[in-house]
Amino acid sequence: MLKIKELCAGYGEMPVLREIFLSIEKGSIVSVVGSNGAGKTTLLNAISGIVKSNGSIICNGEEINFLPAHAIVKRGIVHVPEGRKIFPEMTVIENLKMGAFLQQKTYQKNLENVFALFPRLAERKKQLGGTMSGGEQQMLAIGRGLMGNPKLLLLDEPSLGLSPLFTEIVFNAITEIRKSGVTILIVEQNVYQSLRISDRGFVIETGRIVLSGTGKELLENHDVKKAFLGM
Amino acid sequence: MLFLQSLISGLLTGGVYALAGMGMSMVFGVMNVSNFAHGDLMMLGMYLAYFAFTLLNIDPYLSLVLIIPLAFMFGYVLEKVFINRVIHHPHQNQILLTIGLGLIMSNSALLAFTSDPRILTTSYSSSSFTVFRDVSVSVPLLLSFIITCGITALLYLFLSGTRTGMALRATSQNREAAQLMGINVSRITAIAFGIGTALAAAAGALIAPTYYIHPLAGHSFLLKAFTICVLGGLGSVVGATVGGLIIGVVEALSSVYLSSDWKDVVVFVLFLAVLLFRPQGLFGKKGDQ
Repeated sequence: MLKIKELCAGYGEMPVLREIFLSIEKGSIVSVVGSNGAGKTTLLNAISGIVKSNGSIICNGEEINFLPAHAIVKRGIVHVPEGRKIFPEMTVIENLKMGAFLQQKTYQKNLENVFALFPRLAERKKQLGGTMSGGEQQMLAIGRGLMGNPKLLLLDEPSLGLSPLFTEIVFNAITEIRKSGVTILIVEQNVYQSLRISDRGFVIETGRIVLSGTGKELLENHDVKKAFLGM
Repeated sequence: MLFLQSLISGLLTGGVYALAGMGMSMVFGVMNVSNFAHGDLMMLGMYLAYFAFTLLNIDPYLSLVLIIPLAFMFGYVLEKVFINRVIHHPHQNQILLTIGLGLIMSNSALLAFTSDPRILTTSYSSSSFTVFRDVSVSVPLLLSFIITCGITALLYLFLSGTRTGMALRATSQNREAAQLMGINVSRITAIAFGIGTALAAAAGALIAPTYYIHPLAGHSFLLKAFTICVLGGLGSVVGATVGGLIIGVVEALSSVYLSSDWKDVVVFVLFLAVLLFRPQGLFGKKGDQ
């Protein structure tokens, strides 16, 4: 599905990603975990074209690095950004409409699916995005992403700042989304939750992948336990 | 009666101010750029209306049909060639660039049209009708107000109902998220500047029959448009509409009850008061820049 080779990116003189290698199998859930500032968000921003990067990102055999962000969305790579970034002065329904900006034909079908996944959004159709709680905004952000018919869904810290209840809802939704055939790349600080549902995990440290394995392997790994799980 | 009279003429003039303010607000909202060439773009609209009338014999209000698309294209190109180079740069760079562009426009106009003020006189320029005892309404002001309402309604429908309009709103609310929806933000940005320019030129053309047409006429309007934006909340189209009407009424009332020399003073006292007590403006959101 996605193959990343020698990906480097940075802000000005400051390198953030140093030669990242990563590959994602179709239909899987892959987690990238790491501490603050390790380069997780930059990795997703580089894939979705928001941050310029060097190296190669190949999606289904096509080189997509150097494409503008809107062209990457068109190829089915949908990024749900950190901090949700919903449109605060648009209603829930308008936000979802924006998610379907390039996928007008499947709007109705996707809308039903999103409402089935997050019934809360259906109850709040007319509410302004900016007035919703953090958990609801996260549902809206994921729902908005699904409106774009993703083949690969990039989720940046979907559980950040959420109550345990909402975290549970969000992670359940992620496994549901995978069942519908969407490949998922999650970047998380909630290492336990994300590795638990992942087929593969990668540990990123100061811009390099330092460890990889199946979700289960990493959860049992001594270093991972010590660094992230406090065991 | 005097109060009612000045209230009405204030509202009518305020409508055109609102149009100018909306253009500036649209550019600020989508691009986060303060366009200091806005007044000069208005001045170009005034001259376009003037020459359409004197050379081609087109009524100044009718000429909007030509001026609006022409100004839109001019703004679109201006953004593609100049403005988009500074869009991610600090505000002072943007201000320098737009002031520079404005200076080039006003000085080119000085060279081409000389500094003699011109007056666009139509057959109905000084006609008015009485609505109620001794309260009268000037025909050109009323016409321009009605057209302003029409343009505002169209703009509102465009922003709320069309795909491009939605993309404009999305880009102004969160540029990065808009990109992630698949919106080509660089195209949307150029469209926003095109619309801003078209609104400025339309306001200029609408005010041309009741105002002196002069290469430096834009400067006082720039200040007014800026005040309107700050008053209504930068980036808010609704705010700019209300801000424009308020400024129009305040000007009219203060020139009647104080003196016309004092009207600018009152407007700027109001401006400072807004900055002091409600810096986000009437319709702005707290925490916006």
